[in-house]
Formats: sequence, C-alpha cells, structure tokens
Amino acid sequence: MTSAYPITEHKYDMIVVGAGGAGLRATFGLAQKGLKTACITKVFPTRSHTVAAQGGISAALGNMGEDDWRFHFYDTIKGSDWLGDQDAIQYMCREAIPAIIELEHQGVPFSRTAEGKIYQRPFGGMTTHYGKGTAQRTCAAADRTGHAILHTLYQQSLAHQAEFYIEYFALDLIMDEEGVCRGVLALDMAEGTLHLFRAHGVVLATGGYGRAYFSATSAHTCTGDGGGMALRAGLGLQDMEFVQFHPTGIYGAGCLITEGVRGEGGILRNSNGERFMERYAPNAKDLASRDVVSRSMTIEIREGRGVGEHKDHIHLDLTHLDPADIHKKLPGIAESARIFAGVDVTRQPIPVIPTVHYNMGGIPTNYHGEVVQLKDGNPDAVVPGLYAIGEAACVSVHGANRLGSNSLLDLVVFGRAVANRCAETIRPGQPHKRLAGDALDKSLSNLDRLRNASGDTPTAVIRDRMQRSMQSHAAVFRTQETLEEGVRQIREIRESFADVRVSDRSLVWNSDLVETLELQNLLGQALVTIVSAENRKESRGAHAREDFPDRDDGNWQKHTLCWLDEAGNTRIDYRPVHMYTLDDEVEVVPPVARVY
Amino acid sequence: MAEFTLPKNSKVGKGRHFKAPAGATRVRTFKVYRWNPDDGQNPRTDTYEVDLDKCGPMVLDALIKIKNEIDPTLTFRRSCREGICGSCAMNIDGTNTLACTRAIEDCRQDVVPVYPLPHMSVVKDLVPDLTHFYAQYASIRPWLRTQSAPPPDRERLQSPADRDKLDGLYECILCACCSTACPSYWWNGERYLGPAILLQAYRWVVDSRDEDTGARLDDLEDPFKLYRCHTIMNCTRTCPKGLNPAKAIGELKQLMLARHG
Repeated sequence: MTSAYPITEHKYDMIVVGAGGAGLRATFGLAQKGLKTACITKVFPTRSHTVAAQGGISAALGNMGEDDWRFHFYDTIKGSDWLGDQDAIQYMCREAIPAIIELEHQGVPFSRTAEGKIYQRPFGGMTTHYGKGTAQRTCAAADRTGHAILHTLYQQSLAHQAEFYIEYFALDLIMDEEGVCRGVLALDMAEGTLHLFRAHGVVLATGGYGRAYFSATSAHTCTGDGGGMALRAGLGLQDMEFVQFHPTGIYGAGCLITEGVRGEGGILRNSNGERFMERYAPNAKDLASRDVVSRSMTIEIREGRGVGEHKDHIHLDLTHLDPADIHKKLPGIAESARIFAGVDVTRQPIPVIPTVHYNMGGIPTNYHGEVVQLKDGNPDAVVPGLYAIGEAACVSVHGANRLGSNSLLDLVVFGRAVANRCAETIRPGQPHKRLAGDALDKSLSNLDRLRNASGDTPTAVIRDRMQRSMQSHAAVFRTQETLEEGVRQIREIRESFADVRVSDRSLVWNSDLVETLELQNLLGQALVTIVSAENRKESRGAHAREDFPDRDDGNWQKHTLCWLDEAGNTRIDYRPVHMYTLDDEVEVVPPVARVY
Repeated sequence: MAEFTLPKNSKVGKGRHFKAPAGATRVRTFKVYRWNPDDGQNPRTDTYEVDLDKCGPMVLDALIKIKNEIDPTLTFRRSCREGICGSCAMNIDGTNTLACTRAIEDCRQDVVPVYPLPHMSVVKDLVPDLTHFYAQYASIRPWLRTQSAPPPDRERLQSPADRDKLDGLYECILCACCSTACPSYWWNGERYLGPAILLQAYRWVVDSRDEDTGARLDDLEDPFKLYRCHTIMNCTRTCPKGLNPAKAIGELKQLMLARHG
C-alpha cells in the first residue's frame, strides 16, 4: 500500500487542523508559546466560514450600559436549556472580557461609541440582572464582525510567522494502540500527494457540518471533517441532536441575515403584518433565543400566517429604521438582501425562514480543549494528544441551544485555552515515538478505494439524498415517526456510499475526490445526529419533540454520546452535565422553566 | 529572428459541447475554460447548456449544477456562496467577479464565457495559483504595529470619525479580482504590489491606532511596488465588494508626495 502512495513525513510539536477563528487563534497561540506548530487547512485561512459571522461577539464589557460577566453566565446557561457545562460556561464568560480586549489590541476594526469604546448591540437572550433588563453585550464591527476578526487573526498568524499548509485536506487521525493521537494524514490538493504530520498534539478546529442539511447558512466547505475523522477513530460525538436553526436565513438562498438586525430594532411579521413574537415571548419578543424564535416562526407558517405566494416564509421588517443607521450598522445585510432577495431593506421587508446554522454538538472536550470520552466509568477521561475547539467541539458551553454572538467568543476563548494548556503539558522538541507499521493502512485503503470508486451513484446524488432526508426528518419540530423514518433513510443512504462513483481520476486539485471524502464525513455525522435525536425523548433547546413537548430533567439532563462503527452500528451512552462552577465567584444556576 | 507565435501549449482549443436536456425551455449556455495539467493536453473551452428553470440564479449555481449533474471533473474554488469569503473569484462575461454574487441574468453575452482570473498561472480549470498574491500580502506586514503599550485591561480608544476612515478598506476579501484586472499588474506583477495589497497597505496607514506609518511608507518607496499604478482604474470598476482601491492608491501617493515636501 505505502509503495503506491509515497508519503512525505513532517514532524511538529503541534498540528492544528482548520484555519477559522479557533484554528488561527490556537495556531499563533501555540507558536507564541514556543511549540513548533503547523496549521493545515483545506481553504486559504480568510476563506474559512468564520468570515461569514455578522452580528458580533459577546463580552460583558459594559460599554453601553451596566453589565457583568455573571449575567452573561446566567444567560448562556438559560440559553443552553441547562445542558451546558457550568464550569466551562463560567470560564468562557469570564475570559470573554480579556479575550475581546486582546482582539482589539490585535487590530480588529470594531465599531465605536461616541467615547471611542467598542460598540455593543443587543442580541437574543442577552439580559442584565438575570433576565430583567436587556443587555448590550455584543461587540460589533458593523455587521461584518466575523470577517473583521478572521482577517485580524490571520494577520496575527503572519506576525507570529506561523506555518501553514494551505489547501491540504486532512484524511484521518493517526491513533496508536493505546488510543493516543500521534498525528494526522493529509492530502495536498495542489499536488495530489500525501503528507503525514507527526505531532504530540492534534487540535481539531474543523468547524460544523451544516452541509448535512439541504438548506443551511453554512458554507459549502462546512462538512465537519474533524467530527468525521473522530468517528472513524472510534470516538463518540456528543449532543449531536442539537442543531440550531437560525430564524433568519434568506428565503430560497439560505444566506444568513444577522440577529443583529433584530438587535438594532428589526421586527418579524406574519402575513397579517403582526409582530407575532409578542405572543410567544412577551418580554424578549424578537430577541428571544434562536430556538424559541425559529419554533414560533414555524408555528406561524403552519397555521397559515406565512407570507408569499406559498405562505411558507416570514417577513423581517427594517423599513421603520433610519436608513442612515442601516447604512452605518447593517451595510452587509443590506447588500445580501439586495443580491439574494432583490430587496431594498429601507423600503421592503426581507423574506426569511429558519435555516440550519450551527451544531451545538461535536467532539466532547473539557474547558481546556482536551477531548474527553466516557471510559471505564470515567465520563471525563482525556484522549491523550487530541484536542478540539470551536464549532467542531462540544465543550459544552452552548448546551442545547447557542446564544447569538457566543460562537465567535467560543472560538477565541478556547483557541487561546488550548494553546495555554499545551504550553503547560507539552515540552517543545520531544522525540516522536515510533508508529506501528500498519498505522496508516486503514486511511490509505479508504483513500485508494474512493480515488478509484467506480460505482453507479455520483457523489452529488448521494449528498443530495442525505441533505433532503435530514431537512425533512430532523427539522425544527420532530416526532418519533419522522425520526425513525429519518434513521432508516440515512442508514440506507450511508450504505449507498459503497456504490459511489468518482469521475475525476486526476491527482491535481481533484475536487470530485475531496467532495467525496467530505461526503463520507457528513454521512457519519448525519447518522449519529438523527440517531441521537430519535433517542432523546424530551424537548430541550433546539431539540423540539412534538410527542415529548416538555423538558425532562430527571431523565434527560445529560449529554448524549454516540459512537459509530465501520459496519454502521451506532451505540449511545451518556455523560453528566457539569452542575458545578470553577470557583465561588459565581454560583451554580439550578434548572428552572425557561421563559423569555 | 524573434518568434511571434504563441507557444503551442497556450492555444485554447474547442472542447466538448453538452446539450441541454430535452424539453428545457429556458436555456443559457456557458463556455468554460478547462485545463488539466495531468493529461498533457492544451487548454480547451467546454460548452454547457444549462436549464435555468432547474438552476439557482447565480453563475456559481450554474457551475455547481454542471459539476453535480453534467461533469464532476469541472474544478473551481467555492465556499461561502454569499460574497464574503472570496473563493470563487473568476472572469465571468469578461469581468473579474465572484461567481456567487453574479446573477446569470445580468450576464450580457448569449454564451457566457467563464475563465480563471486573468494572467495568473492556472492550477487546473478555474483554479488560479494565488501563492504570489498571498506572499505580497504578507510582505506589507499587514498587522497593527505599535510602539506604545496598549492599556492593559481595556481597549485602545478610537473616535467614530477615525474608525470611519477604515470603511471601504477593511471590507476587502482578498479575492484578487482587482489585482488580476490591472494591466500594470499583468506586466509587473512580480514587483508591483497591485491594487488589493496597496488597499491593505493604506488600511494600516490610516488606522489611528497604528504607529508605524513612516516605515509603512518607506516600504513603498520603490519604483515598482506603488508607482506602477497608472490610474487605469480597472480595479475599482471590477471590485465585487464595491471598494475603491484606486482611491486608496491615490491617497498613498499623496502621502508620499507630502513627505517629500
């Protein structure tokens, strides 16, 4: 096998896979700490999907009114519907403040208040005094905050002379007999050559798998490659049933319209022109949590109050806002609405629909970014040498539902945390242990099979079936019947992958092959998502079961872990939710009914 | 005796023609540049007829439809499909732009030509080699450079008026549409930085927080890096984000002049 595929070997202390916000923050953080680090990424760093984040990044700076990180802590727990780990949430909300200050010092072009401080806007679920007031907590660079942050982090990576392998596609984790991660095998897309990156630690910062669905705000490249590799390495993924539908994707195109639009005063209206969110969330109204707003919109449409020819979407109305304000604070969505919906937002409402946006689930980690598994009864057993951060990970700070503007925060806080952790635990320049002779065999034979795959079904056909099935069976509202049917279909579709056909036989930039490898990653995660959803017999956060409409803390306040073996068998187990904090700076928030 | 014919392998041949499925009523034809370094053949243009009733509105939708349903070997970069990542920059209908934000119905030619960004080495089909472009970006050391320490536990202050100076600059997505539309960059791309990179250079010069303006301008004091801009303004005309690199370059030249008194 190895003779057919010459392999170039590289040795580093640390390898980061992915160059979005989390991957870049980790990469230059590790380099800064003196660890020999390389980042491998399938797209040039500034093309990563962090670039598309719009509304902002949360931190209780208090620039626009009273705030406290403890309020942020409470809001995040309530947003998570009490599935978030409270130690990790404390860590994130407390570290948010220095993390945002650091970003500003690094040059992020934040919008400014009259005094020259960072501008902050209201966002869904963000309150003061534990739900009593509205917080202005979301730090913004107009409505291009992700772009501003991602470019700054790339600039910092250049400043720290971090090493990159760009347009390299990661194939598999290299795990040894003891379950320690020893590196990663990757394909150089430009040359079609294989590269083995040996490392003492591998950080997966590969993002979410939104493209498992038909309509998602996610980029084409959001195929959860880290999660796919973790499943193939025999690791369980956590809380995969929790898929966030963003209330405002552009109807048809699926492009994101930031929650910041509602933060700046935009209103959702049904076909009667009614501000229907007042009925569903009397206090927070349009700024309730995303799961709440998406459900409310879906109910409005179901009950015949949708807008448009087919009454199948909702209007997001900004026409009452000052055009000068829109120009200043929301220029990007004005552009997107014009291009993708043909709408002038100063005169017409934007047609929107709940659209798959974010995966709360992912590779389970602790708040240091170390991957953990349930092993011999220990729910917090660390997988040596393996780390995960950002949307690829499930820390879990978002629990069953993420609050808007907490994801950019998650990236920088845990990107930094993993660098700090590795600086403490990994000595630079240690020798690399020998790999077993067959360490790469499984990955190589998989690659060889797909490169020459000559079945009857093109990659695009299998992908389309998977996306449509996920869209209709694991949607905003779920029932036992739809989920069981979804499990059946996704199993079958996953099996049909054995019959995949790859048409491009070339070595250079073979995007047909890469899309097939991405589809393999998506299929595994689609299956564990729908299996975990079928398994959870309650409603919590983004997982809304019509047949089990209530949250059931007695039976279900626990993280799902789901494994997938090569034969396609899934296995489920659980980890407890961390109902404790790091110290006595803040008290545990016990579960109560979640009302906005 | 100088040879004036083009090298043999640079001639673009006529490729395959894929007809629209029977019954399609609203058909648009795309002529797409194809080149695969693996097969030893000259570049060619393949012609694809696409049924617009079964296709999204953008040129990227058509390319994805072609890749999914007609020819999976067609190769191009794409990611966000909403005009913010800059991956799918290419030459469409004679203009450098993003495939994801260029509406098919806005293309003027009956047969829409789709080529890679001009004057760059081609890796394969519509994928250009941007290595040098990225190296030029790194060469201007595009990060906040300061001498004074920032306040330890709060942000540097910046007035809204100073922050406004970054508008029209920081939004650049590094798609390279402007640089690869610039005749001066075509001729002197090895040494002339080109509009995208100069726009970024200016972005740091005007940032009130940056304290290295002198060194930044010194770095541009060179017959090629800056001064090869001849105000042709293709850059501004083609920018898919509506930015004005030509103006930024003009401002840089003004600052250089002012320094020379």
